[in-house]
Amino acid sequence: MPKYLLLKHYRGGPEPHRPVPPIDQWAPEDVEAHIAFQNHVSELLEKNGEYVDAQALTPARTWVRYGGPDAAPVTTDGPHPETSDLVAGWWMIDVDSHERAVELAAYVSSEPGPAGEPLYEWIDVREIMWERPRTTDAA
Amino acid sequence: MIDEPTRRLDEGALRALVPRVLAGLVRRGEDFDAAEDALQEALLEALRVWPEHPPRDPHAWLATVATRRLVDARRSEVARHRREEATQAEPRAGEPTTPEGDDTLFLLFCCCHPDLAPVSQVALTLRAVGGLTTQEIADAFYVPPATMAQRISRAKRVLAGPPARRLDQPGDLAVVLRVLYLVYTTGHTGPRMGARPPRRPDLAREAIRLARQLTLATDEPEARGLLALMLLNHARLPARLDPDGRIVTLDRQDRGLWDAREIAEGVRVLQSALAAHRPGRYQIEAAIAALHDDAASAEETDWPQILAWYDDLVALTEDPVRQDPAAVLGRAVAVGHVLGAAAGLLETDRLREVLGDRHRWHAVRGHLHELDGDLPAAASAYAEAARRATNIAERDHLVRQAARARAAWA
Repeated sequence: MPKYLLLKHYRGGPEPHRPVPPIDQWAPEDVEAHIAFQNHVSELLEKNGEYVDAQALTPARTWVRYGGPDAAPVTTDGPHPETSDLVAGWWMIDVDSHERAVELAAYVSSEPGPAGEPLYEWIDVREIMWERPRTTDAA
Repeated sequence: MIDEPTRRLDEGALRALVPRVLAGLVRRGEDFDAAEDALQEALLEALRVWPEHPPRDPHAWLATVATRRLVDARRSEVARHRREEATQAEPRAGEPTTPEGDDTLFLLFCCCHPDLAPVSQVALTLRAVGGLTTQEIADAFYVPPATMAQRISRAKRVLAGPPARRLDQPGDLAVVLRVLYLVYTTGHTGPRMGARPPRRPDLAREAIRLARQLTLATDEPEARGLLALMLLNHARLPARLDPDGRIVTLDRQDRGLWDAREIAEGVRVLQSALAAHRPGRYQIEAAIAALHDDAASAEETDWPQILAWYDDLVALTEDPVRQDPAAVLGRAVAVGHVLGAAAGLLETDRLREVLGDRHRWHAVRGHLHELDGDLPAAASAYAEAARRATNIAERDHLVRQAARARAAWA
C-alpha cells in the first residue's frame, strides 16, 4: 500500500483560502477545539489502521552547508523571506490509494478555526517512494 | 516473544539481580563488554525458561548461564548446548560475593565513565544496572533498536580495557547523579504528537529504583538528595495532566491526587541527607520541592522559605547567570511571589542574554506579568514562549495560556 505524508506548513503554499490570526489570538474555546481535533485525527487514523507516524517541528530553522576542506560548516539561521516554505509537521499514513490520501488531507483541512468554522488550511500531500514488488527477475 | 503475564511475574526480581551478577563477572576479570552481552543473553533466557523451571538460586543461575555464554562466545560455538543448559543450569551455590551495594556503585561508575557522552551513559546504565533490554531502551528514546544497539556497543568499546580505571576519582559520583537525573527527566518527555505514545518503560520509576540502590551503596548526602528530589517531584505526577492530557500548572493541581506516601518517603530521605550538614544542589532542590508538596493549597505555599533555599542554590556557583541560569530563573519566580511581580521581572532581565531564546524564560515572564495584573504583556509573553517550545504538550499549554490571558482582558 502506498504511504503518504500529509504536511502542515507554518507558512508558504497557495494563497490561504481563509486568512486567520495566529492561534494564540483565538478564543480559548476555539483553541481547545482545534487541539482536540488534531488528537482526534491521530486516533482516527490509528483506528482505521492507516496511521504510521506523526511529528511536529519547531519553527526554528538553520540552513547548513559544507564549508570546504578544513573549514567549519557554514550556517545561516535567518532571516528568511517571509514567503519561504516552512513545514510545521506531518502525519504519515499508509492507505489504499492516492484518492484516500486526498480524502484524508481534506478532512485534516476541515479542522476547526476561529468561531468553530473550518480552517480550509492547505495540506501538502506527498507520496513516499518505495520499491515496487517485481513480477519477474528480469523486470 | 515473551508474553505479558510471564514478564510481569519475573521482571522485578530478575532485574534486581543484574548489577550483582555483572559486577561479579567483571571483578573476576571478564571484559565488561563481553560480560554485559553474555548477561543480556542470560536474562532473555531466564525470562523464557523460569516460568516453567524456576531456579533454586536465581543469582547463581544467571551467573552460570552468563559464564557459559562467555565461554561459548570465546569458542565461537554459541549455538551449542543452548537448550539443555537453559533447563539444567542448576549451579553450585555459595559463590563468594561482595555486598550488593558495592556492586551497584562499581557498575554505575563504569557506565557513567566521563569519557562517554551523556546519551551513552544513560543507555549503558539502563542496560547494565537497570537490566532493561536493548529494545526497551530503544522504545524509551524513540529510536530504532538497531540504533540503540549500536550506541551501546560503541559505548562499551570505550570502556574496553582494565575495568573502572577511573573509579573513585573526585567528581565521578556527580556524573552518576547527573546520569540518573537525566534518566528521570527523560521519563517525562517525548516527541510524539497526537496519538497516544507507544508503550515504553517507565523511566522515572526506573531512575527512582536506581537512585534507591545508590543510596544503599554510598553515604554521600547528595545521593539521598537526588532520591528525595525524584520522589518529591514524582509524587505530583498524577496531577500534572488532566484526563485529556492537558498540562495543569502547580497552582491549579488537585493536591488530593498527589502521592502522600511518596511525599512522606521523600521528606524522610531528605531529612536524613540534610542531617549530614553537607548541602548540595540536589538536597536544595529537594527542599524546594518539599515546600511545594507541603502546602495544602497554592495560597499556603511558603514562598519566603522557598526563596531562602533558592538563595542557597544560586550561591553554589560563582556566576549563576551563566553557570546555573535555571536556578536564577526559579529564584525569579520566588522573588515575584515574595517581593512582588515587578521585582521578579527585574530578576529575569538579567537572564535575557542567556535564556532569551528559551521558552521557559518567556513562560516565567508571562506568569509574572499575570501576577502583576498586566494581561496584555502576559499574553504576548506566553505567545513568545509557545513559539519556542520544543514539546507538544508544553506548546499547547502555552498557546492556551496566551489565549486565556488575552480573553480575560479583551
